[in-house]
Amino acid sequence: MVLVYSDDKKLTLELLNKASELGKELHRKVIAVTIGHEEYSTEYLEYGADMVIVVETSQHQFKAEEYTSILENIMKEHQNEIVLIGSNKNGKELAARLAAKLNAGCVMDCTKVYIHDKKLTTERIVYSGNAIAVEQFTSPPQIVTIPSKVLDPLPKNPHHKGEIIKKKIDGEHFPSKILNIKEMKSEGVNVEDAQIIVSCGRGFKKKEDIKLVNELAAILKGRTVGCSRPIAADFKWLSEDHWIGLSGHKVKPKLYIACGISGQIQHIAGMRDSGVIVAINKDPEALIFKSADYGIVGDLYEVLPKLTNAIKGKLG
Amino acid sequence: MNIIVCAKQVVDVAEIKIDSSTKKPILAGVPQKISDMDKNALEEAIKIKEKNGGKITVVTVGSPDAKERMKELLAMGADEGILIPVPDQADYHVVAHLLAGAIRKMGAYDIILCGEASIDMFSGQIGPQIAGLLNIPQITYAQTLTVEHNKVTSERNLAEKVVTIESPFPMLITMTKESNQPRLPSLMAILASSNKPIHEWSVDSVITEGLTPKVKTIDIKGISMQRKNIIYQDDLDQSVGQLVDELAKVGVLR
Repeated sequence: MVLVYSDDKKLTLELLNKASELGKELHRKVIAVTIGHEEYSTEYLEYGADMVIVVETSQHQFKAEEYTSILENIMKEHQNEIVLIGSNKNGKELAARLAAKLNAGCVMDCTKVYIHDKKLTTERIVYSGNAIAVEQFTSPPQIVTIPSKVLDPLPKNPHHKGEIIKKKIDGEHFPSKILNIKEMKSEGVNVEDAQIIVSCGRGFKKKEDIKLVNELAAILKGRTVGCSRPIAADFKWLSEDHWIGLSGHKVKPKLYIACGISGQIQHIAGMRDSGVIVAINKDPEALIFKSADYGIVGDLYEVLPKLTNAIKGKLG
Repeated sequence: MNIIVCAKQVVDVAEIKIDSSTKKPILAGVPQKISDMDKNALEEAIKIKEKNGGKITVVTVGSPDAKERMKELLAMGADEGILIPVPDQADYHVVAHLLAGAIRKMGAYDIILCGEASIDMFSGQIGPQIAGLLNIPQITYAQTLTVEHNKVTSERNLAEKVVTIESPFPMLITMTKESNQPRLPSLMAILASSNKPIHEWSVDSVITEGLTPKVKTIDIKGISMQRKNIIYQDDLDQSVGQLVDELAKVGVLR
């Protein structure tokens, strides 16, 4: 069987696409698991699952230890050769722990998953975006995590039918306790879908100065403001939904303008797939210029107002 | 308090170049270092020790030259090191089993600290795998840590939300890069650390059954980043004008 699990419904639908493809090739059924969300089950069938297991549990809050134990329980009953898990933070810690419990191999953040030489083969980005590792499993069970937006869901097929099975499972109890869950302040920004991104980094001296970036972004169509790690994580001048980089968001706009960003490899990893990259930095040796199509060496406090004006003039 | 820190020697990813003919990353000769977030894990361990007393043991699965890098960790404040040779065929499954085996062999422990991921492969598997093998609670992506006599409280950074969790000992914690600023050892600390031991343990001494990798790497393909690298650095007004003309020409302004 090919088993699919994510706590994110949208990601589950995306994974079901790959699971169906693998299921067809290997002549295996696709099982989707939802923990606590019976209302998703019909949709999971319509998007490719042959069976949905609805887990009814008293463990309502995600804890990797307990959810691993729930999945282990399911795996004991249904021989699952391949497990696809959504690569969000919950999914990754779950996948790794499950791998340890099942004595299984696990590959994270795969951008490609396919059968090659009759073996499950994966590709993922390593060395901060410098290389792609092609890896192959030697034996089942095989656990793979896939990030959101690597796949599109299949078209909805209301005729695709399957079983919905309800199961009462409580995983092994662990003594850790969730005390509080605080939703992070979000400014509703979606850098991943942006066409143009104007991004700011450590070159800015204070929070108010970010208005220079806002002003440039405001005259560009389909634009969004992004930032490097220090601005979101250390100074907290912008919310984390602006953060672009290895630990932030990965983006591919048609135009990326990096202002006052030094070009650490972790940042590059988040924006290297951009169409055209422009860098503004006062240090001619800044790493960012190596990753840029166009660069201006200069003080961003002087360059940005001039650039904003010039683009305004050009666009008319 | 017995604190264990898992650390990995990695290539400095910022120094990797792509061979233009083979299209593979050139790894030979690239400087090696301890992965950044593993130093965050050690920094947190040192803070815990400063407040609560105890002993910090650093454990590494790596090549013999990792010993040199481990000395830096001893200089920062770890008390002793354990180095286990990395087998020729090793994946996360093998390495996690070796680290968990070494931790079992050490005996009693209160806290195991890891980085949230290593900067070379960025999987973040090892921490949760060890926690799974030892069947203890895991606290991943910790950005803050408060240690009291019978429990640890932590704020976990899950990007769109922050989850506060508490756990009794023992537990495994993975630290984020933002959690703290790893200290640079003083010259005195570097000199003093030369007396601290680094034990070399064999693979057979930490695991009993033979380990075979579950995943094999069959290829590493380089991604070359071809960019135009047109840099304007003379008169500012002229530079801005040229840039805007170029951007309009390639069609990204509309």
